[in-house]
Amino acid sequence: MEILMSILAGILFMAGTYMVLSKNMIRIIIGTAIISHGAHVLLLTMAGLKTGAPPLLGLKASTYTDPLPQALILTAIVISFGVTSFFIVLGYRAYKETGTDDTKKLRGTDSYD
Amino acid sequence: MKSNDVILQTATKVVLFIILAFSVFIFFNGHHEPGGGFIGGLMTASAIVLLMLAYDLEMVKRILPFDFKVVTAAGLLVAIGTGLGSFLFGVPFLSQTFDYFTFPVLGELELATALLFDIGVYLVVVGVTLTIIQTIGEDQ
Amino acid sequence: MTNLVILPILIPLLTGVILLFIPKKIPFQKILSLISGFLLIGVNIFLILNILNNGIQSLELGGWQPPFGIVLVGDMLAVLLVTTTSIVSLAVLLFSFYSIGAEREKFYYYPFYQFLITGVIGAFLTGDIFNLFVFFEVMLIASYILIVHGGTKVQLRESFKYVLVNIISSALFVIGVAYLYAVTGTLNMAHLSERIGSLETGAPILTVIAILFLIVFGLKGALFPLYFWLPASYAAPPSAIAAIFGALLTKVGIYSIFRTYSIVFIHDTGYTHQILAVLAAITMLGGVIGAIAHQDVKKILVYNVIVAVGFVLFGVATLTEAGFMGAIYYLIHDMVIKGALFLMIGAMVVVAGTSHLKEMSGLIKHHPKLGWMFFTATMALVGVPPLSGFIGKLLLVQGGIDSGQYWIVAVMMLTSLLVMYSMIRIFLNGFYGKIILKEADQYGTTKGLLFPCAILVAVSVFLGLGAQALYPLVATAAETLLQPEIYIDAVLKE
Repeated sequence: MEILMSILAGILFMAGTYMVLSKNMIRIIIGTAIISHGAHVLLLTMAGLKTGAPPLLGLKASTYTDPLPQALILTAIVISFGVTSFFIVLGYRAYKETGTDDTKKLRGTDSYD
Repeated sequence: MKSNDVILQTATKVVLFIILAFSVFIFFNGHHEPGGGFIGGLMTASAIVLLMLAYDLEMVKRILPFDFKVVTAAGLLVAIGTGLGSFLFGVPFLSQTFDYFTFPVLGELELATALLFDIGVYLVVVGVTLTIIQTIGEDQ
Repeated sequence: MTNLVILPILIPLLTGVILLFIPKKIPFQKILSLISGFLLIGVNIFLILNILNNGIQSLELGGWQPPFGIVLVGDMLAVLLVTTTSIVSLAVLLFSFYSIGAEREKFYYYPFYQFLITGVIGAFLTGDIFNLFVFFEVMLIASYILIVHGGTKVQLRESFKYVLVNIISSALFVIGVAYLYAVTGTLNMAHLSERIGSLETGAPILTVIAILFLIVFGLKGALFPLYFWLPASYAAPPSAIAAIFGALLTKVGIYSIFRTYSIVFIHDTGYTHQILAVLAAITMLGGVIGAIAHQDVKKILVYNVIVAVGFVLFGVATLTEAGFMGAIYYLIHDMVIKGALFLMIGAMVVVAGTSHLKEMSGLIKHHPKLGWMFFTATMALVGVPPLSGFIGKLLLVQGGIDSGQYWIVAVMMLTSLLVMYSMIRIFLNGFYGKIILKEADQYGTTKGLLFPCAILVAVSVFLGLGAQALYPLVATAAETLLQPEIYIDAVLKE
């Protein structure tokens, strides 16, 4: 299972990197979201997959799964949710303002005001 | 383009209340079982988003005539406020406590101060999600 | 009081939240931000005195014992930086009252300013790696908003790249945390320090993790070769925002390297710290080459931010007492002086109507105060005694010689000279020379803009002349970093 999850994380990183390297703004944004998901899957896998019962009060079990990684992932997911939605709005505004979603056409160092 | 969304609108009228009721259930479930302010807030927000999809932004604005940015701020204030309570009792910031109370009709219930914090989280999630959707949706 | 350590985080956070309720009442927002700024400075000074008397203060949030819960640790290094942050942020706030413009003010400028400060201060105070990530994100999200605030074309273009780089580095941060947790089973810095310290030498995976964290923090703190994103994005927003970015944001990345490379990753210093030293040297050179090459005053200053990154991290890499003290001192000095210089450059741009060096000339005729303050700040930046840069650089050189890295010391000296050249160029071309602008043709006034600059220059002069008073504080801070046991004992209470 760990091997499968590691491969999944690898595929996510690969796909995300590919997307980020493209010119289209929306592809870049989705690519960052995919990379974040890859990081979350990696965090889940590195901390050990299911090794016991869920750590809930009132549940009697001999071993419990470590709850900390899940709390960390939840936090990271919430943050990446917020950042991704901000990034989408930013990309949208940049498209409206500059009239292009091609990052190549956004290049240039002219006119700092 | 004028589309026909009778089915969506009719279904929304029923489904909306199921989602809202379930979000409240999930919200209160959160202390010992899976659930809590974040998921409850997301469900409430998705119910309202469904309403926006089935009808339109203007109607939702008429039903819920408040600024969701203020909802976010209120939620943050509630969440920080529960932490500030710890200053009064001289315990570390964000400490929590709980006790059992007997209510008429409902019987004995456990009430925890973490619930107050969760209300803050709930409001923040609802406010932020709807602000995002409104900002993107309003712009044509 | 148990909750004293969290007050510096709570004050700006609460202020920001209250300001969210009243987005349209600008005068009220200004007053509240000012009150909060003064309160923050007061609390921080109280905190410094408290730590001086009672040692490191730690707060277990929610009453959860470390290493299980999150702890906030107020040791001397963190609190000194938090205090500097509060002073710089107050001065920049005063500057933005007169320069940011009503359009931006109405759109939540002040609340997000407060959230940015919350993130910066939280990152300084936390004692938990994952919590550090969370405060980084608080700071970054506020910075995303401030950098694009106003939505001009340049800002939108540059902030897209800025956000992209930072999202990638945040993902790397999460990956680093995952590896670290898998290997050590803890994320509390004191506990990490203890566990890594008790490991047998030659745990190669830890070295890999250390380098991964160096990449993450290097991206945020603009270390060579990861500073490519910085110059364009810092030059895009208005001066007040550029000032707070240049003074504070990269410093949080540097602080994180400082913290992790002094108390956590000390298992294989021969490898990791040597890399850090070499990268620091190249960072200095790369930054100063950029500063010399550019003709735009904003760009010259932005490249000087990168030079300072190199100086401080060289101090960290020496692992000597003098080097650490120099790094701490230089870090504080640089926060103040970069804030001051960015504000003065902002005032120059307001007056001249351009940021191009060739098109501004002879400003000293009508703005002698601005001119001489700029000169003083330049001298402080370069390190002319008795101003504040001198002591930091002296200690850094001493640390470099103690650890035997002579050639990096030589690079540092050369860099200082070139920094002097790049800054004096602004003074000679911008303030001296033929008077282009008559009083009447100037594009704006410096009304209200000089006072905040004066505050920061005065603080900088105080840091130089009052070094004697500051010395015990810096020495205490360096001691905690050199002997992690003090930190571990204070946090884990064993």
